[in-house]
Amino acid sequence: MADDLVTVTIEGIQIAVPKGTMIIEAAKQAGVLVPHYCYHPSLPAPAVCRMCLVEVEKQPKLAPACVTAVADGQVVHIGSEKAKAARQSVLEFLLINHPLDCPICDQAGECELQDYVFQEGRSGTRYAEYAKRYSPVEDFGPDILYVPNRCILCTRCVRFMESVAQDPILNVSERGDRAYIGIAEDQPLDHPWSGNVVDLCPVGSLLSKDFLHKARAWDLDKTASVCPGCTQGCNITIDTRDDVVVRLRPRPNLEVNRHFICDHGRMNYRWMNRGDRIEAPLVRDGARHLATDWDTALDRFGEILRGTRGSAVILASGRASTESLGLIRRLVEGRDVTAAVQVPLGDEAPLASLPNLALRRERAPNLAGAELLGYGRDWSGAVAAVGSAAVVIVLDAELSPEEQASLASAPGIVVLLGTVPYDGIRNAALLLPVTTMAEENGTYVNRDLRVQRYNQARSQPGMARPAWWVAGEVLAGPGPDADAPATAAQAFAMLGETWDTFGGLSYADLGFTGHVLKPGTPAGATR
Amino acid sequence: MGFPHPSHPRETVVLSEHFGEAAARSYQGWIERGGYAGLRQALAMAPDEVTNVVKESGLRGRGGAGFPTGLKWSFMPKADGKPHYLVCNADESEPGTFKDREIMRWTPHALIEGCAIASYAIGAETCYIYIRGEFTEPLRIMETAVAEAYASGALGGNVLGSGRRIEMVLHRGAGAYICGEETGLMSSLEGKRGNPRSKPPFPAQAGVFGMPTTVNNVETLAAVPHIIVRGAGWYKGLVMGSPKSPGTKLISVCGHVQKPGNYEITLGFPMKDLVFELAGGMRPGRSLKAVIPGGSSVPIMSAAEVEDCPTDYENIQANGSMLGSGGMIVMDDSTDLVYQIWRLAKFYAHESCAQCTQCREGTAWTTKVLERILAGKGKTEDLDLLLDLSENMTGKTICVLSDSCAAPVVSGIQKFRSEFEAYISKAQKPALVAV
Repeated sequence: MADDLVTVTIEGIQIAVPKGTMIIEAAKQAGVLVPHYCYHPSLPAPAVCRMCLVEVEKQPKLAPACVTAVADGQVVHIGSEKAKAARQSVLEFLLINHPLDCPICDQAGECELQDYVFQEGRSGTRYAEYAKRYSPVEDFGPDILYVPNRCILCTRCVRFMESVAQDPILNVSERGDRAYIGIAEDQPLDHPWSGNVVDLCPVGSLLSKDFLHKARAWDLDKTASVCPGCTQGCNITIDTRDDVVVRLRPRPNLEVNRHFICDHGRMNYRWMNRGDRIEAPLVRDGARHLATDWDTALDRFGEILRGTRGSAVILASGRASTESLGLIRRLVEGRDVTAAVQVPLGDEAPLASLPNLALRRERAPNLAGAELLGYGRDWSGAVAAVGSAAVVIVLDAELSPEEQASLASAPGIVVLLGTVPYDGIRNAALLLPVTTMAEENGTYVNRDLRVQRYNQARSQPGMARPAWWVAGEVLAGPGPDADAPATAAQAFAMLGETWDTFGGLSYADLGFTGHVLKPGTPAGATR
Repeated sequence: MGFPHPSHPRETVVLSEHFGEAAARSYQGWIERGGYAGLRQALAMAPDEVTNVVKESGLRGRGGAGFPTGLKWSFMPKADGKPHYLVCNADESEPGTFKDREIMRWTPHALIEGCAIASYAIGAETCYIYIRGEFTEPLRIMETAVAEAYASGALGGNVLGSGRRIEMVLHRGAGAYICGEETGLMSSLEGKRGNPRSKPPFPAQAGVFGMPTTVNNVETLAAVPHIIVRGAGWYKGLVMGSPKSPGTKLISVCGHVQKPGNYEITLGFPMKDLVFELAGGMRPGRSLKAVIPGGSSVPIMSAAEVEDCPTDYENIQANGSMLGSGGMIVMDDSTDLVYQIWRLAKFYAHESCAQCTQCREGTAWTTKVLERILAGKGKTEDLDLLLDLSENMTGKTICVLSDSCAAPVVSGIQKFRSEFEAYISKAQKPALVAV
């Protein structure tokens, strides 16, 4: 055994972990959760909640698992009578001033206090005849409310602002059972990453106004996804209720975003719920568009491509999947192509303590993917090229009125794969309804060339299909064809046929945390 | 001399020799009384030698824990290239304790000298004296003395011509009890909220500003010059009880005695004689009921336990309590112990830093239960509840504030249960209005 490993026995499970590992993390690796509140893997551990006290053989006192390092030969008990009794007493202490207003609390159902009390708390209270502490709700910032009554003073929020955001505007004020989370005077909690305190709060004390009373936790469907907000590629969970996106939350990926997302990304979901969608393929018939079926629309698209010579322009959204960008690009292979990806710009918002984590200026989640697939950033040049192109394919781009005007007067044939209709598409030969990233499976490549998968979080409207499916069917030609990709995974596998960087790479290789590409090298060779 | 009473013949006067002599406060006055000889002597020795003398003397921390001082100094890393710090804990806030105040009021240079010797021994160039916010007079006296010591070359860049640098900074606290706990004190000294920190890391590894630090009590440091001058053997020989508890100790006696004040005893001195002879005993017609021997944080001793107890670390522990800081609270038979315990619990509930759950909620809950009992609304099961809460508050938190709240409650119920029961059965008239 290597020198830097120590062997410990946790709940009867023997495990070797690196020296210096805290018991709480070693237990996780042994598959045992030590109940805790103040500890968080991305924050400094103050060991204040005393919930993670565990019994270590040959030690007279219970040890806080979050700040006690493993030692060779150590035997740790989490479920022993002594450890359980200590946890039960912490839970009892936490509940004496807790309002138990679970029925109206947003956290209910995903509340760590509720969970652990249910798991091993006392069935009744011994604090029945005393008044509970009461303090009114406080408005902390643009999106954050503080409900002091529910607060268990774990101080995760304070430590996040202090150590991670390095904008120490939260504090613990007062002492004893009068203590509460205080906020610096005249300073709203409006740091670009402040929303994370809501996720970090183990109870319903810090709440998002945006999500306030929107849904019960148990009514939510959770889908693993990637934030479409910028090129960082933070891992997120899309929470939907009855097929409506109600909340985005960070999903841990230690390589990309640890446990955090920025407020811009968090709030960037309303467009996913738009009701004014193109729901059926539309073919232009004189001055109007007529709804049709996919077979007809796909045949028409194929005819257009086969029937034209000359240059092509692709105007693609930066939110389009790698699969869609790749297969759409392949439709116009062999022509003179001007392909551009749309990159809205905004202010950069770093998270002070994590150097490779920021809300990036480029608000296009798949910018790097588009560039690998031959799309350029010269948007205005591509829009200008519309004036001389034989075919123009618009992939869900959001066009300004001027850009719409040049599209409307395009001399070539315009095909739109889009989500919402707008004025500039009135001359388009074909309008094909495609899905948003929330309605499909796909991948994004982030600024560090990490390919990450996202999953379908809500159903697609009407007849909308992923753009890669449309392109795949057209590439395969008319009629049923077994070679047309039926899944995003198949579409992804096709990328390697054209672009070496994706060569040999499959969805199975991406895993939960993604795969970093090396340009010029087939991915299959390096993995 | 002694202050406010002349020294009793049975006292062993070392630290308190010049209490009451205003002239001893000045640098010149201190030199005339043999001051700074210890520092001069220490500077001529190697730092490790100084530590060894203190180790050999058996001096134990006088702040409350009684940890061997020389051993603590020896934990400081050697030649690690980091700045080392000495912190003198002058935040004497333990209820019933007022010995450090007198040391600073009358013999400020004794403390400065002790700090300088300790700084030298642990390789520190800076010593912080963290002084309790309410100590306005001791602070003023210390400020004058530190300025004088600098002016006379006993502090500064060239201490007594040795070429050594020792800087001294007086830092005034803001009046929080918890800042007397060494890690809370360090947080406060760093300019943060005075929250105790988890150990490890221990101060000797990462203390003030993350650097190796030794924290010593005022009385401990004031004893050091005497040990250097008179030798470890002399100090080790000052024993009346357990040989593990050598030296003299200032005992602050307060409460129902005729002559409250500080008394310097050789450790092991009979507690009964301390109360009845030195401190003048009970008021006429009153008898002893209980003693809290070591500041409010230790278990209460009944009169019977006091009877044959030598005042030292081991023997008090054998009699169910602790020597602690040596703040002795004496209570006669007129005392309502339930009320006094409630008063103590209220203090701890007020002073809890609010970090650990058991302490934050437990101290307040304990206070509420005691309040109800005092208001005549207690229930029989409340005593078991109090004991259970105390059990849950003992040995489970970062510092011992929560244990300190539990100690008088548990010992009070164990030793004076009938008084609680009298309130619960309504045999005793309520002492508080219903809550």
